[in-house]
Formats: sequence, C-alpha cells, structure tokens
Amino acid sequence: MEENKTYTISVYTENNLGVMNRISGIFLKRHINLESITASQSEIENVFRFVFVIKISEVRVRKLVGQIEKQIEVIRAYAHTDDETIYQESAMYKLSSDSLFDERQIQNIIKNSHANIVTVSRDSFVIEKTGRRHETEQLYQDLKPHGLLQFVRSGRISVTKEPMRISEMLTDF
Amino acid sequence: MENQTQILAPKKAIEKATISGAEAVIRSLLAENATLGYGYPGGAIMPVYDEIYKYQDKFTHILTRHEQGAIHAAQGFARVTGKTGIVFATSGPGATNLVTGIADAQIDSTPLVCITGQVASHLLGTDAFQETDIVGISTPVTKWNYQITKAEEIPSIIAKAFYIAKSGRPGPVLIDITKDAQMGSLDFSYEKCKGIRSYKPKPEMDINQVKAASHIINSAKKPFIVMGQGVILGTAEQELKAFIEKAGIPTASTALGLSGLESNHPLHVGMVGMHGHYAPNVKTNDCDVLIAIGMRFDDRVTGDLNRYAKQAKIIHFELDPAEVDKNVKTDVAVLGDVKETLAALLPLVEKKEHQKWHQEFKDLYAIEYNKVIKPQLEPTKEGLTMGEVIEGINKETNGNAVIVSDVGQHQMFACRYAKFTNTRSQVTSGGLGTMGFALPAAIGAKMGLPDREVIAIIGDGGYQMNIQELGTIFQTKTPVKIVVLNNSFLGMVRQWQELFFDKRYASTEMVNPNFVKIAEGYDITARKVSKRENLQKSIQEMVASKESYFLEVVIEKEGNVFPMVPTGAAVSECRLS
Repeated sequence: MEENKTYTISVYTENNLGVMNRISGIFLKRHINLESITASQSEIENVFRFVFVIKISEVRVRKLVGQIEKQIEVIRAYAHTDDETIYQESAMYKLSSDSLFDERQIQNIIKNSHANIVTVSRDSFVIEKTGRRHETEQLYQDLKPHGLLQFVRSGRISVTKEPMRISEMLTDF
Repeated sequence: MENQTQILAPKKAIEKATISGAEAVIRSLLAENATLGYGYPGGAIMPVYDEIYKYQDKFTHILTRHEQGAIHAAQGFARVTGKTGIVFATSGPGATNLVTGIADAQIDSTPLVCITGQVASHLLGTDAFQETDIVGISTPVTKWNYQITKAEEIPSIIAKAFYIAKSGRPGPVLIDITKDAQMGSLDFSYEKCKGIRSYKPKPEMDINQVKAASHIINSAKKPFIVMGQGVILGTAEQELKAFIEKAGIPTASTALGLSGLESNHPLHVGMVGMHGHYAPNVKTNDCDVLIAIGMRFDDRVTGDLNRYAKQAKIIHFELDPAEVDKNVKTDVAVLGDVKETLAALLPLVEKKEHQKWHQEFKDLYAIEYNKVIKPQLEPTKEGLTMGEVIEGINKETNGNAVIVSDVGQHQMFACRYAKFTNTRSQVTSGGLGTMGFALPAAIGAKMGLPDREVIAIIGDGGYQMNIQELGTIFQTKTPVKIVVLNNSFLGMVRQWQELFFDKRYASTEMVNPNFVKIAEGYDITARKVSKRENLQKSIQEMVASKESYFLEVVIEKEGNVFPMVPTGAAVSECRLS
C-alpha cells in the first residue's frame, strides 16, 4: 500500500446548482472521507472554487482529479501537497464571560495565541483564531479546561504558490 | 445535416410564435433530428405527451410496458445507429425506473437524452405526490443532468443535453422538467449547442505521442492489439483495419468492441477477458507491446492487474484522459479521437507480417478448439449446448444479424461464437451487466435498423426480468426474433456455485412457466426445441419469418462457460476446463 498524504483538492466550477453533489459523489463512490470542505466565489466572476482536504495516496489522487475534471461543469481540478500551497483555516471559540474575569490564565492564552476577541457580552465572549490547524487546535486544547460553550472550525482555504491560469483557459474558449 | 435544415426551415416563419414549454420539448427534439422516442406517460409529464400526440406525424413515441423497457430500448436504438436515444418518463417511480438503464448507458458510454416530468416547482421539496429527487438520484450515473423550472430554459438546455450526450465519450443526460415549466410559455427559437466552456469533449492529438507509439510498434517483435468499443463509437473501424493490416498485428476485442472488426478477419484473434478466447488471454502475458485502442482495461478484461502484461510496453489510444493509467500504467498514451490518431499513425508504421507470432496464436487456438470449441459447436453427447445454437444462427444469418444478448452464460456464448460482418451489430450490457436488457434493447435495435435481422439471445432468468416488453412487440408489431436459451438455472451464478461454492446451488434453480404459451398470448409465433434434430430447422424458420418469432431452446442444465479466468487469476492462467 502506498502511503497516504494530505492533499488540497482545488476545483474550479461553474456556479451551478448540483455541482457540489456531483463532486462529493466522486469522493463517496471511492470511499474517501473528506477532512474539510470550503466553497466560495473564486477570483473569476461566476466561477466557484471548492477546496477539499483529503488524505490519500499519490496514485489515487491523480485518478481522482481526472474523474473530477471529467464532470461537465468542472473547469479545472488540481491536487496540491501542503508545501505547494499557502493555507489557513479559521476557528471560533465561545466561553462563559465569568471565566474571562475569574481565570486570569485565559487572558494569557488569548494574548499568546494572537487570537482576536470578536464580541463580549455579559454572559459570554467569542474569540476567533485564524491559522494553521495545529494553531487552532492548540488554542482549542488550551481553552477546553476552561469550559468551551461552543467551538467551530472552518474548512481549509488555500491558494497555490504557483499561478493557476484559469482565467486564461476561460478566455481561450 | 440536410435533414436538419429541412426541419429548421419552416420554423423560421413562426419563430416569433409563443408556444408552451411542452411543445418546445418536441420542437427541440425535432430540431436535433430526433424523431423516435421511448417512454411511459404519467401525471407530471402529461403536457409533453399531449404535444407528442399533436406532433405524431413528425415524432414517433413507442409506449413500452415499463420505464426500464423504454430506456433499454433507447439504448438498443442508440447502440446500433450511433444516434442519441430518447426516453420519456414521469416523475417519481417513472423516473426511478430509469435509473438502471441510465447507469448501464453511463458505464457503456451510450448517448441518451432522458426527459422526466417533475412536480410543479412550488411543490418541490414538499414530498408531493410522485415527487422524487431524480436529479440527486441520477447524478452519479449521468454524464450531466439538469432540472428545468422555467419554460424559456427548455430549448437551450435540450440543445446542451444533446451536445453533451453525443460528444466526446458519449453518455446519458437526464433533463427533469417541472410541470409548470412544461405548461409555461416561451418565444421559441432553437440553436444547436456548439460548445461549453467548462467541457472539452476531445483532447487534442499530440503528434509526438503518435510518433512515440509508432517507434515502439515498429520495433516490436510480438505486438498485440486489444480493441474496445471506442473504435465503434469513434467510427474508426476502417482506420483500425488499415493500421492492423499494414502492421500485421493480431487483434483481439473486448466484449463491447466486437463487430468493430469483422469476425472472420484473418488478424482477428477473438475476445479477451474472463470468458474470452484462450490465445489472446495467454498472449497478453507474452506479447512485447500491448496496444489498447478505445478500451478501458475493465477488471473482467485484465484479471489480476499485478500480473497483467507486465512484460509488455503498453500503448493506450484513448479519448477519455481519466481512463489513462487508471488501471494499467501506460508507456505511451495517445490521447484523442481514435479516428484521428489511428489515421495519423498509419503512415508512420512499417509494413510487417509477424508470421511466427501469428502461428503462436493459431497453435493456441487449436488447443482451445479441441478442448472447448468443438465440443460446444459439434456436441456428441445428449443435451443441447448454447454454443451450437449460436452456431446454428450464424449458419442461417451468415453473420449479418444484429445480436442482442442479455447477461449471463448465454451472453458469453453469444460473444464468443456469434459471427459479425458489420459494425454496431453486437449489443449487450457490458459494464453494468444488467439482466433484462436484451428484450427491450432488441426492440430498439430493430427500430433503429429495420432492414437488418435482429436476434435477441436471452437466458431464462433475464428473459423474465423484462418479459412484459412482449407487449411492446405485440403493439408495435416489431419483428424481433427472440431466442431463449433455457437451462432452468441462473446459469452463470450456478457455474460459480459449482466451481467456488461446492455446488451449493442457492436460489439459482428456476421453475419456469410455459414460455411458448406466454409468447402466443402476444400473438408471437413460438416454438420450443429440445432435440438436436429439430434445432436447425427451427432456427431456419425463425430467420425466415417476417414477423416476430419466439424460439425456446432447452439447454443442458449444468453446462459451463469455458475458457475461464477465475477472479484474482492472471489472464494467462485461463482455464480450459
């Protein structure tokens, strides 16, 4: 068995209904679990960009990208390793306001993690941290003993170090 | 193209006329030169059926007895004509009954446009009567699908559907139209789709890859070709023949590639795969260059991939980039339309004979002939064999018939022994292996090629999976010939039970009804043969008949298909018994 690596799959698609279903079906058919998903408008008007993170072997990822690209509404699909991309994710942490005042430790955690305080109310406060997985994870571990009311982490967003040349492909059409 | 102008011409005069969405469906089909469709009406598609009624002088609708019958008939039509098959069904169960056929068309690359009715858009997601998410259900098995909720979308989406279904590697497209879109109105004008920016149907040929392939082919001592359905879909039969004749290369076919090269061609060495011929299977692991043309290295073709042609350089001529290196790693991949790439290859290859290499195939054929083929085609023991029935059909048709086979043992006998002289004459459910395919597919094939003899070869199991389509034959008087090879078993499963499950025949023995009486109920002339001396005479009578004809042949109960490459074995470990 070939070793699994983390790949960021970037898929440029038309902004049409059902495209997400079509792509996610390709993962499902191959029994590939998604680590994360993000979808948004890309740099090109009416072109969507999906970012999937999966753990898979190099041989399989190449075939997978081929199957994704085959879909009619997919413009291009790419697979990149972590060192080929610049990537981030965002996490939000909601805690009880009492802990902020009662436990001085929390203030240090926030300061050291370079997280932002998004909102503070009488009952609770929310902080936000953007960074690599190990950074948001570290903050999660640090805050957990102090009673997290809510925690959520976004999927990976990523841009590549190399140019993508999607606009040129579309102009060529 | 001329036809299209004729259809489009009168439309100009009334171009500004506002018509209903349902009428736009039919007008769009006519603009695509589609004049025949198969289907089954129901609530959510009734406006379209109302227009089918009004346009019946221009558009023929065949009412099948089940939506699955409709889609397999459209597949049969598409496979023999190369045109896009048209299917109609209503929402809910009508649409879900198409799913097997859609999946079958997807895996066998058959162009289809399926039009399903859907509940009105304001009811979507309310679990309305006969509402089902057919777009969601069909997504993994369609090349493309789309839900239309506004009448004005109809012409452009249908144009796109035809373009996608037929271009590049063909496949099924499903268009789901809400009832309010069918009943809404639009200013109709039709423009054929010429391209979609996110979709590139054919990769461009790279002449350097063709040259690289030619160098390997020219220096090969033991080259071997496996051709697939891509040759037929790409109408590259002549290009293939010119190439193999110049390069003198033994050529085998996959099951779906059969008839792309005539069976009696001196370079045709038979079929590869699990029940393929002995020589091409064994020689796959002996050749020095394996040239795959329009085929996809299906597991039924390759057996154990770790022991598949490892000694050979692999050249793959292929249209679909996702197929390259999917199962077998290639040394040279020649992407593009095989009609173009083979034509470009021809002047680059040297004239060769490879006589000694051919002799090796002949020697292996002799072994297979004595051990397997002769006992099948000229049996001396009691009990009719499937092989002798196919051979009997060959004798009467001279290989000019279209053979539509179902799935199972009889299918393998049909693929192994039926003779073909014309392309697009072998119709079977290959990739999906859909039992019940042949009877409706034969109806569509006969309608597509009314001047050709169309013979369906079906087992007693598969026959009963869509037996209701006898009603379609009865109503349309389509002169399809039906041969049921009846061994009172689900023969292929029984064979595996015999070989791999110590003869525990779990649910494979069938107690069958009187098939002759059933056929006669539909006014189809029917015969049952159980003795060898009556076989040829009955086949003769069947082929001579101008009307549909049913022939049941009672086959030995526990016959097996050999050669066989058992699952997990290498192709060269092909068993003769």
